[in-house]
Amino acid sequence: MIRAKTAYRTWRDRWRRLTARKYFWPAVLTAGLAFSIAADKYDFVDLYVQLIIIYVGINIILTVSLNLINGYMGEFSVGHAGFMAVGAYTASLLTVYAFPPGLQQLLFPLAVLAGGLAAALIGFLVAIPSFKTRGDYLAIVTLAFCMIVKSVLENIDAVGGPRGLLGMEKLTTLPWVFFWTALSVWVIRNLVYSNFGRGVLSVREDEIAADLMSVNTRQVKIIAFIVSSFFAGIAGGLFAHALQFINPRMFDIIKSTDVLIMVYLGGIASIAGSVIGAVIYTILLEILRPLGVWRMVFMPLLLVVLMIYRPRGIMGLRETRLFEPLSDLATITLWRQKKKEAPDGAP
Amino acid sequence: MALLDLQHVTHRFEGLTAVSDFNLAVAPHELVGVIGPNGAGKTTVFNLITGVYRATEGSIRLEGRELVGQTPHRITASGIARTFQNIRLFRELSVLDNVRIAHYRQMAYSPAEALLHIGRFRAEEKRITLGALDLLSIFKLDDAANEKAKNLPYGLQRRLEIARALATGPKLLLLDEPAAGMNPNEILQLMDFIRWIRRTFDVTIILIEHQMRLVMGICERLVVLDFGATIAAGLPSEIRTNPKVMEAYLGEEAAS
Repeated sequence: MIRAKTAYRTWRDRWRRLTARKYFWPAVLTAGLAFSIAADKYDFVDLYVQLIIIYVGINIILTVSLNLINGYMGEFSVGHAGFMAVGAYTASLLTVYAFPPGLQQLLFPLAVLAGGLAAALIGFLVAIPSFKTRGDYLAIVTLAFCMIVKSVLENIDAVGGPRGLLGMEKLTTLPWVFFWTALSVWVIRNLVYSNFGRGVLSVREDEIAADLMSVNTRQVKIIAFIVSSFFAGIAGGLFAHALQFINPRMFDIIKSTDVLIMVYLGGIASIAGSVIGAVIYTILLEILRPLGVWRMVFMPLLLVVLMIYRPRGIMGLRETRLFEPLSDLATITLWRQKKKEAPDGAP
Repeated sequence: MALLDLQHVTHRFEGLTAVSDFNLAVAPHELVGVIGPNGAGKTTVFNLITGVYRATEGSIRLEGRELVGQTPHRITASGIARTFQNIRLFRELSVLDNVRIAHYRQMAYSPAEALLHIGRFRAEEKRITLGALDLLSIFKLDDAANEKAKNLPYGLQRRLEIARALATGPKLLLLDEPAAGMNPNEILQLMDFIRWIRRTFDVTIILIEHQMRLVMGICERLVVLDFGATIAAGLPSEIRTNPKVMEAYLGEEAAS
């Protein structure tokens, strides 16, 4: 028993020392990218498994970006599917109609980026009226937004109407998913551990107090919302080119609910939680596929149980050291050392 | 010139006049008390100064600049900080982050630099973190820097709230019932503490308080509110013997 405990401690300390190394993240990212390129090129991973990994990546992007609004900022948005739709349609229209056939693969990142930017622009337009006043308007506005997007898409024949859009090549490959997933996690983690991120957190904790501590809460909320919808758009672009087919029904409120479940399963206000939530949920859904319709019973049930026993999710309001910025910890350590050397510094 | 100048400030909620024709000029480095019974409109005055409410009539000037109509974060950035009657810390955040958030306006990097952690980001973060830690150590809160604010004992939460307010770099500090929930002994310490803050941070202070002992002990000047109206203003010794004030506090019969 005691031996097991000491063994656990040594391994934990080793793990901590390893992750605190400067080259830890570059090494992990390089390895991940190398693996994804190899898997894509030589097909030594089953195609079905590859597709699931792609969905895991897309869901991580969706979860981590929605967590910024629903977890870190404490607002309640249900419009993520709408922003995803904007990204998906923008990117697909570009690859299907605008890009020359030979350059599809080369220009694909631009299509995805355009999808993200379009979603960000729409996000900005949604954010302006929603954040004009304090309170729970965001849930209502984003719900309405989601419905508007769906019915607008259903009524434009140029984008296929209710039948949807076809003809995309399978451009979403493992390396690209890896790249966009890593980028979104990195950027949102950076935002969270910055001045603006602390502003976002202060909005959740006490908006009036935040305002009175000189935080421009409206600006902070709009920035967070733009970043969040940008990545939802990115996820949409990747999704469209993984499935090679989209229609408006895919982006209804059920899709938003899926993302909400992943956020609250993994844990609010946690990068690690977002990743865990997306991975568990996506894989669980695949494992339960034989259950057919019954898995739609199982998943909400899981959520209910979770809300009772762990209302903030698996990693709610906690973060692993992995995602905490080393420079921040280093500054605190440096300051403590200095204080120890000059103990008469403080009154 | 007065640091803060309130002229004919009136505020109405629907039909209720919470503050009517309030006048107050505070000179730099002064320590002024606003007293009055419950519901007299004291906190409303603070909410008007800090922009939480917008004054229905009148003008509020800080160093000659009009504050009425400005957003709270602008007003705070121009040099007014406050604490709250019922503590309003960012409870789930660390003590350090509570203070760092108050540095919001002093951070000189753009959203793009924050998203990518490039450019001025590192240097600025380091500067602000060190500054926040220095401030915490002045308030003897540095050992608790990584604790969540909600886990601090009540007294330390009050202290953290003052530290957080000072982190915004104010010229004028508004303290809303800092002695709430304190015993007589702690109030004596608090009096020294408030004087020390004024000296160390070179701030002007307006204080709302119920505890007469505290107010009489440290304030240089007092304004007495009752039902939104100013019923007396002057030196503590004058207020103590003012029949109107005694009436407001003790009731008509006792005063006569």
